Amino acid sequence: MIQNMEKKGLNLTLKIWRQENARSKGSFETYQVQDISPDCSFLEMLDQLNEKLVDKFEKPVCFDHDCREGICGMCSLYINGRPHGNDSGITTCQLHMRHFKDGETIWIEPWRSRAFPVIKDLVVDRTALDKIIQEGGYVSVNTGGTPDGNALPIRKENADLAMDAAACIGCGACVAACKNASAMLFVSAKVSQLALLPQGRVEARERVTRMVSKMDELGFGNCTNTRACEAECPKEIKISNIARMNREFFVARLQD
Amino acid sequence: MVKLDAKIPAGPLADKWAQYKATQKLVNPANKRKLDIIVVGTGLAGAAAAASFGELGFNVKIFCIQDSPRRAHSIAAQGGINAAKNYQNDGDSVYRLFYDTIKGGDYRAREANVYRLAEVSNNIIDQCVAQGVPFARDYGGLLDNRSFGGAQVSRTFYARGQTGQQLLLGAYSALSRQIRKGAVKMFNREEMMELVLIDGKARGIITRNIVTGAVQRHSAHAVVLATGGYGNVFFLSTNAMGSNGAAAMRCYKKGAFFGNPCYVQIHPTCIPVHGDYQSKLTLMSESLRNDGRIWVPKKLEDAEALRAGKLKPTQIPEEDRDYYLERRYPAFGNLVPRDVASRAAKERCDAGFGVNETGLAVYLDFADAIRRLGKDVIEARYGNLFQMYEKITDDNPYETPMMIYPAIHYSMGGLWVDYELQTTIPGLYAAGEANFSDHGANRLGASALMQGLADGYFVLPYTIQNYLSHEIQVPRFSTELKEFDDACKSVQERINKLMSIGGRCSVDHFQRQLGKVMWDKVGMARTKESLTEAIAEIQAIREEFWQNVRVTGERDEFNPELEKALRTAEHLELGELMARDALLREESCGGHFREEFQTPEGEALRQDADFMFVSCWEYRGADQEPELHKEPLNYESIKIAQRNYKE
Ligand SMILES: Cc1cc2nc3c(=O)[nH]c(=O)nc-3n(C[C@H](O)[C@H](O)[C@H](O)COP(=O)(O)OP(=O)(O)OC[C@H]3O[C@@H](n4cnc5c(N)ncnc54)[C@H](O)[C@@H]3O)c2cc1C
Ligand code: FES
Repeated sequence: MIQNMEKKGLNLTLKIWRQENARSKGSFETYQVQDISPDCSFLEMLDQLNEKLVDKFEKPVCFDHDCREGICGMCSLYINGRPHGNDSGITTCQLHMRHFKDGETIWIEPWRSRAFPVIKDLVVDRTALDKIIQEGGYVSVNTGGTPDGNALPIRKENADLAMDAAACIGCGACVAACKNASAMLFVSAKVSQLALLPQGRVEARERVTRMVSKMDELGFGNCTNTRACEAECPKEIKISNIARMNREFFVARLQD
Repeated sequence: MVKLDAKIPAGPLADKWAQYKATQKLVNPANKRKLDIIVVGTGLAGAAAAASFGELGFNVKIFCIQDSPRRAHSIAAQGGINAAKNYQNDGDSVYRLFYDTIKGGDYRAREANVYRLAEVSNNIIDQCVAQGVPFARDYGGLLDNRSFGGAQVSRTFYARGQTGQQLLLGAYSALSRQIRKGAVKMFNREEMMELVLIDGKARGIITRNIVTGAVQRHSAHAVVLATGGYGNVFFLSTNAMGSNGAAAMRCYKKGAFFGNPCYVQIHPTCIPVHGDYQSKLTLMSESLRNDGRIWVPKKLEDAEALRAGKLKPTQIPEEDRDYYLERRYPAFGNLVPRDVASRAAKERCDAGFGVNETGLAVYLDFADAIRRLGKDVIEARYGNLFQMYEKITDDNPYETPMMIYPAIHYSMGGLWVDYELQTTIPGLYAAGEANFSDHGANRLGASALMQGLADGYFVLPYTIQNYLSHEIQVPRFSTELKEFDDACKSVQERINKLMSIGGRCSVDHFQRQLGKVMWDKVGMARTKESLTEAIAEIQAIREEFWQNVRVTGERDEFNPELEKALRTAEHLELGELMARDALLREESCGGHFREEFQTPEGEALRQDADFMFVSCWEYRGADQEPELHKEPLNYESIKIAQRNYKE
């Protein structure tokens, strides 16, 4: 709020993972930043560090980001041991510096998972998530010739539950949070959304079977119900989606 | 001089599109397999087009700069999408949506295109529902609607505050299905750097791989540009960090005319600027104006006390508040179109009534709505927006009014296209925000999503066939051709040049400088003087940039500084073009407000006799002034009037 502008700036020590490319070995480097406004966002704090590095002819720290308002799912930092940092229901770009204390040391790492190789510094390759969607995260309709939008009423409760699941931004925090690097929360969100809607029911069986087997093939781990994914999901996607997916999966197996 | 032909089909307005489709040329399935289409951009327009082309049987290559097609900036749209379904039985119709869009655009859009847009709007909703887009529904299970600025009916479909996300994920799912089938090949983190022409036709693109820096060649029979808008010329905007006008500029330099570059939209409800380090501005959805009331204090001394933090807004009694939109525009009240609401906020702040310590903010107050409907209802409607506001500002909008201020949001201008969405370069199409679009001088809320999806799903899949039907004999192009060599070389040279300057200032320094000139002089209120100054200042910044920019890192690696430098270089030219266009247009219309042209009450004053045209700029070389061409606008079905939101 307004008065915050006069708040004291923060001086911080940053321990940042630097890695030239996928093949090289990375390590933590230490940086200092001074007089950071508590009202600025975490990424704006990194912008200021980068501006300083460029000033010194050094390579700025690479990190993924785009919308900076918590919806594109691009930003992906592991901050002090937590995906998207120490606040719930937000992405890294929505984390504000008012959550840190003057003099604090902050550890910043990329997502760590076999399925997400590091590209550079804090940037990882998450195309594995796209590949899972390509296996069946859709309804097979072509453009045109679809029935009127109101032809098929949908219970509000189901539409709302489908929307809860569809809110997933595909950032991969669930994978980063999981000790097994499982993508179950991500996959179950899409499976649930479509299973809850009549349009998606038609292919529900094939969908869940194909998506789950692709997930296994791509090197994501198993779910052992630690619920770390749910706790760290910036969109607070519920673990009940995993239960729904498991049901769908077993029904599909039984009917095969 | 080139003659511009908009190729508007003959016949009555309501029959044009049906007539076009009935008589256009098609490509048979066997031939489709032999034809390649490049789509640049995976937003609503690009993803919808590529998926539909793939379904039809064409070979498609699609490109985006993010790590996944699902992250295109369309994902950020909050409020909703318009359609003329009339599910609410409140008097809506295709004609009314058409009429509202033309009027909202201040009579500067092309009638035939806008009518088609309104016509296909209903198909979009059906399509998205079939894809599993979880639109909001009422208790009877039917689709729900909300109202948006510039309309007196409720025609906006929405999925909570994440409509863009859900629509984009729908298009992305259709795209993913085609990728699996092998009909579409996806290139993520791959940025278009140049358009390749062969014998005057668009035949391919040169890209730079963002991960490796490799410069690569891709050929095709036609190219669709769906790269979004150029609001980031202003540095601070509601657009994503990577949104840019560079790809459109690169096509402009190859001969595609740029239409109405000066028309940009300033959105009235954004979180005010709060510091120098700020990297972007956050939009608060316009849907908030449904229930929020906008006000500033009536007394200057109250405004001063609020700025100094000595008074709280909740302490200002009702009779001392000026609900200036309700006062000035009784018929539309807080739901006037965006340009009107933005200017009215600026007017109050300029007059000294602004709040926030900068004086550049007004209140958006929900106290009345909470009293009337209860906190639960407001939370159900706007909960996520309120939460977002609180996360950013540390203020709770359930208890104290939000503070908002206008910010750059959308670009109505873009590559000029004809009725078929083809640019002045044969075989180059532009869709979505990247074209000069159907919104005239001002876009109505919830109409960009509609236009992007209309272009992608329902227009291009037809019109592109009309062109490709003549290309069936043309074999695939080799990327070893001289035209590709030359284009590749020019990209390499540009990159080498930027890497070799080694100057004193970062890329952001220049983009910020440009943004400041644009906001101060080519922003909400423009004058002949400010625009003339802006042109000179932008030229100076551009010169300085090419002497003194510092790009760290290497060319052949993941290098965000280089990416930004390449985009900023284009913005430095686009900014000048915008200022030129604004200078030429001696009238006020929609988002373009020239202080010299206003009514005594401060409303925009069009000069229809002289400016009822689309300005189309032709590039003529680096040190040449661009040449202006005009596409006259003829209104056959609509009676032109001064926009009036008072009665
Ligand atoms: C915060 C916000 C809220 C909005 N809310 C609404 C709303 O409620 N209703 C509404 O109707 N409209 C809204 N809009 C406007 C609307 O979202 C956009 O106009 C629309 O989504 C643009 O879609 P697009 O497909 O044209 O481009 P985008 O979605 O911007 O996609 C551009 C694509 O081009 C790619 N690209 C760009 N340059 C290159 C290059 N050189 N090479 C390769 N790829 C490139 C990008 O990677 C991306 O995939 C909103 C806009 C913003 C900013
Ligand atoms: S940058 Fe888009 S979610 Fe963070």
